[in-house]
Amino acid sequence: MIDIVGVTKTYGSVVVVDDVDLRIPAGGITSIIGANGAGKSTLISMVSRLLTAERGTITVDGHDVAATKSDELARRLAILRQENHLAARLTVRDLVAFGRYPHSRGRLTTLDRAQIEQAIDYLDLDALTDRYLDELSGGQRQRAFVAMVLCQNTDYVLLDEPLNNLDMSHAVEMMRILRRAADELGKTIVMVVHDINFASTYSDHIVAMKDGRVLHQGPPADVIEPGPLREIFGIDVAVHVIDGHRIGVYYS
Amino acid sequence: MRRVAGILAPLLLLTIVAFVVVGAEGSWSFVLPFRGRRLAALVLVGFAIAVSTVIFQTITENRILTPSILGFDALFVLIQTVLVFEIGSSALGRIPPVAQFLGEIVVMVVLSTLLFRWLFGGARRSIHLLVLVGIVLGVFFRSISAFLQRLIDPNEFTVLQDRLFASFNAVEPDLLLISAIILVVTSVVLWRMRHDLDVLTLGRDLSTMLGADHRHLVLRLLIVVSVLVSVSTALVGPITFFGLLVASLTYQITGTHRHAANLPVAVALAVIALVGGQTVLEHVFGLATVLSVIIEFIGGIVFILLVTRGTRR
Repeated sequence: MIDIVGVTKTYGSVVVVDDVDLRIPAGGITSIIGANGAGKSTLISMVSRLLTAERGTITVDGHDVAATKSDELARRLAILRQENHLAARLTVRDLVAFGRYPHSRGRLTTLDRAQIEQAIDYLDLDALTDRYLDELSGGQRQRAFVAMVLCQNTDYVLLDEPLNNLDMSHAVEMMRILRRAADELGKTIVMVVHDINFASTYSDHIVAMKDGRVLHQGPPADVIEPGPLREIFGIDVAVHVIDGHRIGVYYS
Repeated sequence: MRRVAGILAPLLLLTIVAFVVVGAEGSWSFVLPFRGRRLAALVLVGFAIAVSTVIFQTITENRILTPSILGFDALFVLIQTVLVFEIGSSALGRIPPVAQFLGEIVVMVVLSTLLFRWLFGGARRSIHLLVLVGIVLGVFFRSISAFLQRLIDPNEFTVLQDRLFASFNAVEPDLLLISAIILVVTSVVLWRMRHDLDVLTLGRDLSTMLGADHRHLVLRLLIVVSVLVSVSTALVGPITFFGLLVASLTYQITGTHRHAANLPVAVALAVIALVGGQTVLEHVFGLATVLSVIIEFIGGIVFILLVTRGTRR
Protein backbone atom coordinates (compact mmCIF):
# COMPACT_ATOMS: atom_id res chain seq x y z
CA MET A 1 0.00 0.00 0.00
CA ILE A 2 1.25 3.48 -0.90
CA ASP A 3 0.19 6.11 1.60
CA ILE A 4 0.44 9.76 0.64
CA VAL A 5 -0.32 12.23 3.42
CA GLY A 6 -0.45 16.01 3.02
CA VAL A 7 2.08 16.11 0.19
CA THR A 8 2.84 19.46 -1.44
CA LYS A 9 5.28 20.43 -4.17
CA THR A 10 5.88 23.85 -5.69
CA TYR A 11 8.05 25.02 -8.55
CA GLY A 12 8.83 28.62 -7.78
CA SER A 13 5.46 30.17 -6.94
CA VAL A 14 3.43 27.55 -8.82
CA VAL A 15 1.88 24.85 -6.67
CA VAL A 16 1.96 21.64 -8.72
CA VAL A 17 0.86 19.18 -6.06
CA ASP A 18 -1.36 20.74 -3.43
CA ASP A 19 -1.73 19.01 -0.06
CA VAL A 20 -2.59 15.62 -1.52
CA ASP A 21 -3.85 12.75 0.64
CA LEU A 22 -4.10 9.50 -1.25
CA ARG A 23 -4.02 5.81 -0.46
CA ILE A 24 -3.12 3.48 -3.32
CA PRO A 25 -4.08 -0.11 -2.45
CA ALA A 26 -1.64 -2.98 -2.92
CA GLY A 27 -2.27 -5.18 -5.94
CA GLY A 28 -3.87 -4.46 -9.29
CA ILE A 29 -3.52 -1.53 -11.62
CA THR A 30 -4.14 2.02 -10.50
CA SER A 31 -4.32 4.65 -13.24
CA ILE A 32 -3.83 8.35 -12.62
CA ILE A 33 -5.66 10.54 -15.11
CA GLY A 34 -6.01 14.27 -15.50
CA ALA A 35 -5.25 17.18 -17.80
CA ASN A 36 -1.71 18.29 -18.62
CA GLY A 37 -0.11 20.01 -15.67
CA ALA A 38 -2.45 18.43 -13.12
CA GLY A 39 0.55 17.17 -11.12
CA LYS A 40 0.32 13.46 -12.01
CA SER A 41 3.94 12.96 -13.04
CA THR A 42 5.20 15.09 -10.18
CA LEU A 43 3.21 13.01 -7.72
CA ILE A 44 4.59 9.67 -8.87
CA SER A 45 8.09 11.15 -9.11
CA MET A 46 7.79 12.04 -5.43
CA VAL A 47 6.51 8.57 -4.58
CA SER A 48 9.61 7.17 -6.25
CA ARG A 49 11.92 9.69 -4.50
CA LEU A 50 13.13 11.24 -7.78
CA LEU A 51 11.67 14.48 -6.48
CA THR A 52 11.44 15.43 -2.83
CA ALA A 53 8.16 16.61 -1.37
CA GLU A 54 8.20 19.99 0.33
CA ARG A 55 5.62 18.95 2.89
CA GLY A 56 3.94 15.71 3.81
CA THR A 57 5.02 12.10 3.96
CA ILE A 58 4.88 9.21 1.53
CA THR A 59 5.19 5.64 2.72
CA VAL A 60 5.44 2.47 0.65
CA ASP A 61 4.45 -0.59 2.70
CA GLY A 62 5.23 1.45 5.80
CA HIS A 63 8.66 2.62 4.59
CA ASP A 64 9.00 6.39 4.52
CA VAL A 65 10.30 7.23 1.06
CA ALA A 66 12.32 10.20 2.30
CA ALA A 67 14.01 8.25 5.10
CA THR A 68 14.52 4.79 3.61
CA LYS A 69 17.88 4.08 2.04
CA SER A 70 17.80 4.37 -1.71
CA ASP A 71 19.03 0.84 -2.40
CA GLU A 72 16.51 -0.62 0.04
CA LEU A 73 13.73 1.25 -1.72
CA ALA A 74 15.01 0.07 -5.11
CA ARG A 75 14.15 -3.48 -4.09
CA ARG A 76 10.54 -2.49 -3.34
CA LEU A 77 9.65 0.06 -5.94
CA ALA A 78 10.60 0.72 -9.54
CA ILE A 79 9.71 3.66 -11.73
CA LEU A 80 9.90 4.35 -15.42
CA ARG A 81 9.67 7.97 -16.48
CA GLN A 82 8.51 9.26 -19.82
CA GLU A 83 11.80 10.09 -21.42
CA ASN A 84 14.94 8.08 -21.06
CA HIS A 85 17.90 9.45 -22.96
CA LEU A 86 21.03 7.40 -22.71
CA ALA A 87 24.49 8.74 -23.42
CA ALA A 88 25.97 5.27 -23.79
CA ARG A 89 25.07 2.71 -26.42
CA LEU A 90 23.49 -0.25 -24.67
CA THR A 91 22.14 -3.51 -25.97
CA VAL A 92 18.70 -4.65 -24.87
CA ARG A 93 20.22 -7.35 -22.67
CA ASP A 94 22.61 -4.85 -21.01
CA LEU A 95 19.69 -2.56 -20.22
CA VAL A 96 17.51 -5.33 -18.81
CA ALA A 97 20.46 -6.60 -16.75
CA PHE A 98 20.62 -3.21 -14.99
CA GLY A 99 17.31 -4.16 -13.37
CA ARG A 100 19.29 -6.60 -11.20
CA TYR A 101 21.62 -3.90 -9.86
CA PRO A 102 19.60 -3.28 -6.66
CA HIS A 103 19.92 -6.97 -5.84
CA SER A 104 23.39 -7.90 -7.02
CA ARG A 105 25.31 -4.61 -7.32
CA GLY A 106 26.53 -5.58 -10.77
CA ARG A 107 27.88 -9.03 -9.88
CA LEU A 108 25.28 -11.20 -11.61
CA THR A 109 24.46 -14.59 -10.12
CA THR A 110 22.77 -17.47 -11.95
CA LEU A 111 19.51 -16.40 -10.33
CA ASP A 112 19.97 -12.89 -11.73
CA ARG A 113 20.65 -14.27 -15.19
CA ALA A 114 17.51 -16.38 -15.03
CA GLN A 115 15.47 -13.32 -14.04
CA ILE A 116 16.95 -11.35 -16.94
CA GLU A 117 15.98 -14.07 -19.42
CA GLN A 118 12.52 -14.26 -17.88
CA ALA A 119 11.95 -10.51 -18.23
CA ILE A 120 13.19 -10.56 -21.83
CA ASP A 121 10.84 -13.43 -22.54
CA TYR A 122 7.93 -11.72 -20.77
CA LEU A 123 8.15 -8.70 -23.06
CA ASP A 124 8.81 -10.80 -26.12
CA LEU A 125 12.24 -9.30 -26.76
CA ASP A 126 14.09 -12.56 -27.46
CA ALA A 127 14.85 -11.65 -31.05
CA LEU A 128 16.23 -8.25 -30.06
CA THR A 129 18.50 -9.02 -27.09
CA ASP A 130 21.77 -8.14 -28.80
CA ARG A 131 20.49 -5.11 -30.69
CA TYR A 132 21.51 -1.64 -29.57
CA LEU A 133 18.71 0.52 -28.18
CA ASP A 134 19.29 3.28 -30.71
CA GLU A 135 18.57 0.78 -33.49
CA LEU A 136 15.09 -0.01 -32.16
CA SER A 137 11.74 1.60 -32.84
CA GLY A 138 10.11 3.69 -30.14
CA GLY A 139 7.77 0.87 -29.18
CA GLN A 140 10.54 -1.73 -28.95
CA ARG A 141 12.66 0.62 -26.84
CA GLN A 142 9.72 1.24 -24.54
CA ARG A 143 9.30 -2.50 -24.10
CA ALA A 144 13.01 -2.88 -23.31
CA PHE A 145 12.71 -0.29 -20.53
CA VAL A 146 9.62 -1.99 -19.14
CA ALA A 147 11.56 -5.29 -19.21
CA MET A 148 14.28 -3.65 -17.11
CA VAL A 149 11.71 -2.42 -14.62
CA LEU A 150 10.08 -5.86 -14.36
CA CYS A 151 13.53 -7.47 -14.04
CA GLN A 152 14.04 -5.32 -10.95
CA ASN A 153 11.32 -7.54 -9.52
CA THR A 154 9.79 -5.03 -7.14
CA ASP A 155 6.34 -5.26 -5.62
CA TYR A 156 5.51 -1.77 -6.82
CA VAL A 157 5.96 -0.59 -10.40
CA LEU A 158 5.33 3.07 -11.27
CA LEU A 159 5.02 4.01 -14.92
CA ASP A 160 4.80 7.53 -16.29
CA GLU A 161 2.84 7.34 -19.53
CA PRO A 162 3.94 3.88 -20.62
CA LEU A 163 1.72 4.14 -23.71
CA ASN A 164 3.49 7.21 -25.03
CA ASN A 165 4.80 6.69 -28.57
CA LEU A 166 3.03 3.37 -28.94
CA ASP A 167 0.64 2.63 -31.77
CA MET A 168 -2.75 0.99 -31.10
CA SER A 169 -1.57 -2.59 -31.26
CA HIS A 170 1.55 -1.97 -29.16
CA ALA A 171 -0.42 0.04 -26.63
CA VAL A 172 -2.91 -2.79 -26.22
CA GLU A 173 -0.08 -5.29 -25.99
CA MET A 174 1.67 -3.22 -23.33
CA MET A 175 -1.53 -3.03 -21.27
CA ARG A 176 -2.02 -6.79 -21.56
CA ILE A 177 1.53 -7.36 -20.33
CA LEU A 178 0.97 -5.02 -17.40
CA ARG A 179 -2.37 -6.67 -16.63
CA ARG A 180 -0.64 -10.06 -16.64
CA ALA A 181 2.15 -8.74 -14.40
CA ALA A 182 -0.49 -7.53 -11.95
CA ASP A 183 -2.56 -10.73 -12.07
CA GLU A 184 0.11 -13.44 -12.35
CA LEU A 185 3.07 -11.84 -10.55
CA GLY A 186 0.98 -9.97 -7.99
CA LYS A 187 2.57 -6.60 -8.73
CA THR A 188 1.06 -3.27 -7.79
CA ILE A 189 1.13 -1.13 -10.88
CA VAL A 190 0.57 2.62 -10.74
CA MET A 191 0.59 4.47 -14.00
CA VAL A 192 -0.11 7.84 -15.48
CA VAL A 193 -2.31 7.52 -18.58
CA HIS A 194 -3.77 10.11 -20.88
CA ASP A 195 -6.26 7.92 -22.70
CA ILE A 196 -9.26 7.58 -20.38
CA ASN A 197 -10.45 4.52 -22.29
CA PHE A 198 -7.24 2.60 -21.62
CA ALA A 199 -7.55 3.61 -17.98
CA SER A 200 -11.19 2.55 -17.91
CA THR A 201 -10.65 -0.81 -19.62
CA TYR A 202 -7.53 -2.07 -17.85
CA SER A 203 -7.42 -0.58 -14.37
CA ASP A 204 -8.90 -1.65 -11.07
CA HIS A 205 -8.70 1.79 -9.60
CA ILE A 206 -8.64 5.27 -11.10
CA VAL A 207 -7.34 8.44 -9.49
CA ALA A 208 -8.28 11.72 -11.19
CA MET A 209 -6.22 14.83 -10.53
CA LYS A 210 -6.84 18.47 -11.32
CA ASP A 211 -4.73 21.51 -10.42
CA GLY A 212 -2.53 19.54 -8.05
CA ARG A 213 -5.38 17.94 -6.13
CA VAL A 214 -7.12 14.58 -6.21
CA LEU A 215 -10.59 15.25 -7.53
CA HIS A 216 -12.08 11.76 -7.77
CA GLN A 217 -11.00 8.24 -7.11
CA GLY A 218 -12.52 4.81 -7.20
CA PRO A 219 -13.25 1.95 -9.58
CA PRO A 220 -13.75 2.86 -13.29
CA ALA A 221 -17.53 2.68 -12.81
CA ASP A 222 -17.37 5.66 -10.43
CA VAL A 223 -14.87 7.85 -12.22
CA ILE A 224 -15.62 7.20 -15.89
CA GLU A 225 -18.95 9.03 -15.72
CA PRO A 226 -20.00 12.18 -17.58
CA GLY A 227 -20.21 14.22 -14.37
CA PRO A 228 -16.75 13.54 -12.93
CA LEU A 229 -15.09 13.61 -16.37
CA ARG A 230 -16.51 17.06 -17.02
CA GLU A 231 -15.05 18.29 -13.76
CA ILE A 232 -11.69 16.70 -14.48
CA PHE A 233 -11.14 17.73 -18.10
CA GLY A 234 -13.62 20.54 -18.54
CA ILE A 235 -15.24 19.03 -21.63
CA ASP A 236 -18.37 16.97 -22.20
CA VAL A 237 -17.72 13.25 -22.41
CA ALA A 238 -20.47 10.79 -23.30
CA VAL A 239 -19.92 7.42 -21.62
CA HIS A 240 -21.15 4.23 -23.32
CA VAL A 241 -20.88 0.68 -22.07
CA ILE A 242 -19.43 -1.41 -24.89
CA ASP A 243 -18.65 -5.11 -24.32
CA GLY A 244 -18.72 -4.47 -20.60
CA HIS A 245 -16.19 -1.60 -20.73
CA ARG A 246 -17.03 1.99 -20.04
CA ILE A 247 -15.90 3.97 -23.09
CA GLY A 248 -15.82 7.75 -23.12
CA VAL A 249 -16.56 9.50 -26.39
CA TYR A 250 -15.20 13.02 -26.45
CA TYR A 251 -14.80 13.71 -30.18
CA SER A 252 -17.51 16.29 -30.55
CA MET B 1 36.67 -8.07 -25.60
CA ARG B 2 39.28 -10.83 -25.56
CA ARG B 3 40.10 -9.97 -29.17
CA VAL B 4 40.61 -6.31 -28.26
CA ALA B 5 42.94 -7.29 -25.43
CA GLY B 6 44.78 -9.65 -27.79
CA ILE B 7 45.56 -6.74 -30.12
CA LEU B 8 46.11 -3.96 -27.59
CA ALA B 9 48.38 -5.81 -25.14
CA PRO B 10 51.11 -6.76 -27.69
CA LEU B 11 50.83 -3.32 -29.29
CA LEU B 12 51.31 -1.69 -25.91
CA LEU B 13 54.34 -3.84 -25.18
CA LEU B 14 55.80 -3.18 -28.63
CA THR B 15 55.42 0.59 -28.27
CA ILE B 16 57.09 0.58 -24.88
CA VAL B 17 59.99 -1.61 -26.06
CA ALA B 18 60.41 0.56 -29.16
CA PHE B 19 60.52 3.68 -27.02
CA VAL B 20 63.28 2.24 -24.85
CA VAL B 21 65.33 0.47 -27.52
CA VAL B 22 65.11 2.43 -30.79
CA GLY B 23 68.22 4.48 -31.44
CA ALA B 24 69.73 3.61 -28.08
CA GLU B 25 73.48 4.23 -28.05
CA GLY B 26 76.03 4.00 -25.30
CA SER B 27 75.80 2.30 -21.96
CA TRP B 28 72.46 0.79 -20.85
CA SER B 29 73.06 1.98 -17.32
CA PHE B 30 72.58 5.49 -18.68
CA VAL B 31 69.93 4.84 -21.31
CA LEU B 32 67.58 2.81 -19.10
CA PRO B 33 67.10 5.27 -16.24
CA PHE B 34 67.02 8.22 -18.65
CA ARG B 35 64.40 6.77 -20.94
CA GLY B 36 62.67 4.96 -18.09
CA ARG B 37 61.88 8.26 -16.39
CA ARG B 38 60.34 9.73 -19.50
CA LEU B 39 58.47 6.50 -20.15
CA ALA B 40 57.05 6.65 -16.61
CA ALA B 41 55.93 10.24 -17.16
CA LEU B 42 54.19 9.34 -20.40
CA VAL B 43 52.47 6.32 -18.86
CA LEU B 44 51.26 8.26 -15.80
CA VAL B 45 49.94 11.14 -17.86
CA GLY B 46 48.24 8.80 -20.32
CA PHE B 47 46.61 6.94 -17.46
CA ALA B 48 45.40 10.09 -15.71
CA ILE B 49 43.96 11.69 -18.83
CA ALA B 50 42.27 8.53 -20.13
CA VAL B 51 40.64 7.60 -16.84
CA SER B 52 39.58 11.13 -15.93
CA THR B 53 37.96 11.70 -19.32
CA VAL B 54 36.02 8.42 -19.36
CA ILE B 55 34.70 9.04 -15.85
CA PHE B 56 33.91 12.66 -16.55
CA GLN B 57 31.91 11.67 -19.61
CA THR B 58 30.04 9.07 -17.58
CA ILE B 59 28.98 11.47 -14.87
CA THR B 60 28.05 14.26 -17.27
CA GLU B 61 26.20 11.75 -19.50
CA ASN B 62 27.84 13.36 -22.49
CA ARG B 63 30.50 12.07 -24.81
CA ILE B 64 31.81 15.34 -26.15
CA LEU B 65 32.78 16.94 -22.83
CA THR B 66 36.19 16.58 -21.24
CA PRO B 67 37.49 17.78 -17.86
CA SER B 68 39.21 20.71 -19.53
CA ILE B 69 35.72 22.09 -20.09
CA LEU B 70 35.59 22.67 -16.33
CA GLY B 71 38.44 25.12 -16.82
CA PHE B 72 41.17 22.95 -15.31
CA ASP B 73 43.89 23.70 -17.82
CA ALA B 74 42.97 27.36 -17.64
CA LEU B 75 43.28 27.21 -13.86
CA PHE B 76 46.69 25.56 -14.23
CA VAL B 77 47.85 28.32 -16.56
CA LEU B 78 46.55 30.92 -14.13
CA ILE B 79 48.37 29.36 -11.17
CA GLN B 80 51.62 29.28 -13.12
CA THR B 81 51.16 32.83 -14.35
CA VAL B 82 50.38 34.19 -10.91
CA LEU B 83 53.42 32.38 -9.50
CA VAL B 84 55.80 33.85 -12.07
CA PHE B 85 54.12 37.25 -11.85
CA GLU B 86 54.22 37.48 -8.07
CA ILE B 87 57.40 35.67 -7.12
CA GLY B 88 59.48 35.91 -10.28
CA SER B 89 61.08 33.01 -12.10
CA SER B 90 64.37 33.07 -10.20
CA ALA B 91 62.72 32.92 -6.77
CA LEU B 92 60.35 30.24 -8.04
CA GLY B 93 63.33 28.12 -9.05
CA ARG B 94 64.32 27.95 -5.39
CA ILE B 95 61.06 26.30 -4.25
CA PRO B 96 61.50 22.51 -4.42
CA PRO B 97 59.55 21.06 -7.37
CA VAL B 98 57.77 18.50 -5.16
CA ALA B 99 56.36 21.28 -2.99
CA GLN B 100 55.26 23.23 -6.05
CA PHE B 101 53.65 20.11 -7.47
CA LEU B 102 51.71 19.15 -4.36
CA GLY B 103 50.69 22.78 -3.93
CA GLU B 104 49.27 22.90 -7.41
CA ILE B 105 47.31 19.68 -6.91
CA VAL B 106 45.92 20.90 -3.59
CA VAL B 107 44.90 24.26 -5.06
CA MET B 108 43.19 22.63 -8.02
CA VAL B 109 41.36 19.97 -6.00
CA VAL B 110 40.26 22.47 -3.35
CA LEU B 111 38.95 24.94 -5.91
CA SER B 112 37.13 22.34 -7.93
CA THR B 113 35.64 20.64 -4.88
CA LEU B 114 34.45 24.01 -3.59
CA LEU B 115 32.85 24.63 -6.94
CA PHE B 116 31.08 21.25 -6.86
CA ARG B 117 29.99 21.74 -3.25
CA TRP B 118 28.50 25.04 -4.16
CA LEU B 119 26.76 23.62 -7.21
CA PHE B 120 25.60 20.35 -5.68
CA GLY B 121 24.80 21.58 -2.17
CA GLY B 122 21.24 22.56 -1.31
CA ALA B 123 18.73 22.34 -4.12
CA ARG B 124 19.39 20.02 -6.99
CA ARG B 125 21.08 21.71 -9.89
CA SER B 126 21.79 20.25 -13.26
CA ILE B 127 25.13 19.04 -14.50
CA HIS B 128 24.63 21.37 -17.45
CA LEU B 129 24.75 24.35 -15.15
CA LEU B 130 28.00 22.99 -13.74
CA VAL B 131 29.48 22.69 -17.21
CA LEU B 132 28.33 26.19 -18.14
CA VAL B 133 29.89 27.59 -14.98
CA GLY B 134 33.07 25.70 -15.94
CA ILE B 135 33.15 27.33 -19.35
CA VAL B 136 32.59 30.78 -17.90
CA LEU B 137 35.26 30.23 -15.27
CA GLY B 138 37.64 28.91 -17.95
CA VAL B 139 37.24 32.13 -19.92
CA PHE B 140 37.65 34.10 -16.70
CA PHE B 141 40.89 32.29 -15.77
CA ARG B 142 42.26 32.64 -19.28
CA SER B 143 41.49 36.35 -19.39
CA ILE B 144 43.28 37.03 -16.10
CA SER B 145 46.25 34.98 -17.29
CA ALA B 146 46.38 36.86 -20.58
CA PHE B 147 46.18 40.16 -18.75
CA LEU B 148 49.01 39.27 -16.35
CA GLN B 149 51.11 37.91 -19.19
CA ARG B 150 50.93 41.32 -20.94
CA LEU B 151 52.20 43.00 -17.81
CA ILE B 152 55.23 40.88 -17.04
CA ASP B 153 58.78 41.30 -18.20
CA PRO B 154 59.47 39.63 -21.61
CA ASN B 155 62.22 37.44 -20.11
CA GLU B 156 59.90 36.20 -17.42
CA PHE B 157 57.28 35.57 -20.10
CA THR B 158 59.69 33.26 -21.94
CA VAL B 159 60.21 31.26 -18.76
CA LEU B 160 56.46 31.11 -18.22
CA GLN B 161 55.77 29.95 -21.76
CA ASP B 162 58.29 27.21 -21.30
CA ARG B 163 56.44 26.01 -18.21
CA LEU B 164 53.07 26.11 -19.91
CA PHE B 165 53.76 24.00 -22.96
CA ALA B 166 53.33 20.30 -22.43
CA SER B 167 56.72 18.67 -22.29
CA PHE B 168 57.51 15.12 -21.38
CA ASN B 169 61.26 15.68 -21.25
CA ALA B 170 61.66 17.78 -18.17
CA VAL B 171 59.80 15.90 -15.43
CA GLU B 172 61.31 15.55 -11.97
CA PRO B 173 61.81 11.95 -10.75
CA ASP B 174 60.38 12.78 -7.31
CA LEU B 175 57.18 14.01 -8.91
CA LEU B 176 56.84 10.76 -10.80
CA LEU B 177 56.89 8.74 -7.60
CA ILE B 178 54.22 10.87 -5.91
CA SER B 179 52.03 10.84 -9.01
CA ALA B 180 52.39 7.08 -9.30
CA ILE B 181 51.25 6.61 -5.70
CA ILE B 182 48.26 8.91 -6.22
CA LEU B 183 47.26 7.08 -9.38
CA VAL B 184 47.54 3.63 -7.80
CA VAL B 185 45.27 4.69 -4.94
CA THR B 186 42.68 6.23 -7.26
CA SER B 187 42.64 3.20 -9.52
CA VAL B 188 41.93 0.89 -6.58
CA VAL B 189 39.07 3.17 -5.56
CA LEU B 190 37.71 3.28 -9.09
CA TRP B 191 37.98 -0.44 -9.68
CA ARG B 192 35.84 -1.08 -6.65
CA MET B 193 33.29 1.43 -7.97
CA ARG B 194 33.20 0.02 -11.50
CA HIS B 195 29.64 -1.33 -11.29
CA ASP B 196 28.40 1.92 -9.79
CA LEU B 197 30.06 3.72 -12.68
CA ASP B 198 28.18 1.47 -15.10
CA VAL B 199 24.86 2.38 -13.47
CA LEU B 200 25.68 6.10 -13.67
CA THR B 201 25.76 5.84 -17.47
CA LEU B 202 21.97 5.49 -17.25
CA GLY B 203 21.67 9.03 -15.97
CA ARG B 204 20.38 10.52 -12.75
CA ASP B 205 16.79 9.29 -12.74
CA LEU B 206 17.38 5.71 -13.77
CA SER B 207 20.41 5.27 -11.53
CA THR B 208 18.50 6.71 -8.57
CA MET B 209 15.60 4.42 -9.39
CA LEU B 210 18.03 1.50 -9.25
CA GLY B 211 19.13 2.54 -5.80
CA ALA B 212 22.44 4.26 -6.58
CA ASP B 213 23.20 7.30 -4.44
CA HIS B 214 23.66 9.49 -7.50
CA ARG B 215 24.61 12.72 -5.75
CA HIS B 216 27.31 11.22 -3.57
CA LEU B 217 28.70 9.06 -6.33
CA VAL B 218 29.00 12.00 -8.69
CA LEU B 219 30.60 14.19 -6.06
CA ARG B 220 33.13 11.50 -5.15
CA LEU B 221 33.93 10.85 -8.79
CA LEU B 222 34.33 14.55 -9.54
CA ILE B 223 36.95 14.74 -6.78
CA VAL B 224 38.75 11.76 -8.33
CA VAL B 225 38.58 13.45 -11.72
CA SER B 226 40.00 16.68 -10.34
CA VAL B 227 42.90 14.80 -8.70
CA LEU B 228 43.67 12.98 -11.93
CA VAL B 229 43.48 16.09 -14.08
CA SER B 230 45.65 17.94 -11.57
CA VAL B 231 48.27 15.22 -11.73
CA SER B 232 48.42 15.23 -15.50
CA THR B 233 48.34 19.00 -15.96
CA ALA B 234 50.85 19.59 -13.18
CA LEU B 235 53.18 16.98 -14.68
CA VAL B 236 53.20 18.17 -18.27
CA GLY B 237 50.78 21.06 -18.73
CA PRO B 238 47.47 21.23 -20.56
CA ILE B 239 46.65 18.75 -23.33
CA THR B 240 43.10 19.66 -24.22
CA PHE B 241 41.96 17.19 -26.82
CA PHE B 242 43.89 14.08 -25.95
CA GLY B 243 41.31 12.71 -23.51
CA LEU B 244 38.49 13.20 -25.99
CA LEU B 245 40.46 11.39 -28.66
CA VAL B 246 41.21 8.44 -26.43
CA ALA B 247 37.73 8.16 -24.93
CA SER B 248 35.96 8.28 -28.29
CA LEU B 249 38.26 5.65 -29.76
CA THR B 250 37.64 3.50 -26.71
CA TYR B 251 33.86 3.52 -27.10
CA GLN B 252 34.25 2.72 -30.79
CA ILE B 253 36.51 -0.23 -30.06
CA THR B 254 34.76 -1.79 -27.06
CA GLY B 255 31.14 -1.07 -28.04
CA THR B 256 30.08 -1.45 -24.43
CA HIS B 257 29.19 0.77 -21.49
CA ARG B 258 31.13 -1.36 -18.99
CA HIS B 259 33.88 0.48 -17.19
CA ALA B 260 35.66 -2.76 -16.42
CA ALA B 261 36.38 -2.86 -20.16
CA ASN B 262 36.44 0.83 -21.09
CA LEU B 263 38.86 2.07 -18.43
CA PRO B 264 41.70 -0.41 -19.21
CA VAL B 265 41.24 0.00 -22.97
CA ALA B 266 41.31 3.79 -22.67
CA VAL B 267 44.50 3.64 -20.60
CA ALA B 268 46.15 1.28 -23.09
CA LEU B 269 45.21 3.53 -26.03
CA ALA B 270 46.44 6.63 -24.23
CA VAL B 271 49.78 5.06 -23.38
CA ILE B 272 50.22 3.68 -26.91
CA ALA B 273 49.44 7.09 -28.40
CA LEU B 274 51.70 9.04 -26.06
CA VAL B 275 54.66 6.65 -26.00
CA GLY B 276 54.38 5.82 -29.71
CA GLY B 277 53.90 9.48 -30.59
CA GLN B 278 56.94 10.50 -28.59
CA THR B 279 59.06 7.74 -30.25
CA VAL B 280 57.99 8.94 -33.70
CA LEU B 281 58.59 12.54 -32.69
CA GLU B 282 62.14 11.82 -31.52
CA HIS B 283 63.29 9.54 -34.28
CA VAL B 284 61.27 10.66 -37.29
CA PHE B 285 60.81 14.38 -36.75
CA GLY B 286 64.03 14.73 -34.80
CA LEU B 287 62.25 16.65 -32.03
CA ALA B 288 61.40 19.40 -34.50
CA THR B 289 58.05 19.96 -32.75
CA VAL B 290 56.32 19.09 -29.48
CA LEU B 291 54.09 16.08 -28.88
CA SER B 292 51.20 18.22 -27.65
CA VAL B 293 51.12 20.08 -30.97
CA ILE B 294 50.61 16.81 -32.85
CA ILE B 295 48.02 15.60 -30.35
CA GLU B 296 46.07 18.85 -30.44
CA PHE B 297 46.12 18.82 -34.23
CA ILE B 298 44.76 15.29 -34.58
CA GLY B 299 42.46 15.72 -31.55
CA GLY B 300 40.99 18.90 -33.00
CA ILE B 301 40.11 17.15 -36.23
CA VAL B 302 38.52 14.25 -34.35
CA PHE B 303 36.54 16.70 -32.23
CA ILE B 304 35.11 18.42 -35.30
CA LEU B 305 34.23 15.05 -36.82
CA LEU B 306 32.48 14.01 -33.62
CA VAL B 307 30.49 17.21 -33.38
CA THR B 308 29.36 17.15 -37.00
CA ARG B 309 28.65 13.44 -37.08
CA GLY B 310 27.12 13.13 -33.64
CA THR B 311 24.34 15.68 -34.06
CA ARG B 312 21.70 13.12 -33.21
CA ARG B 313 22.94 13.06 -29.61
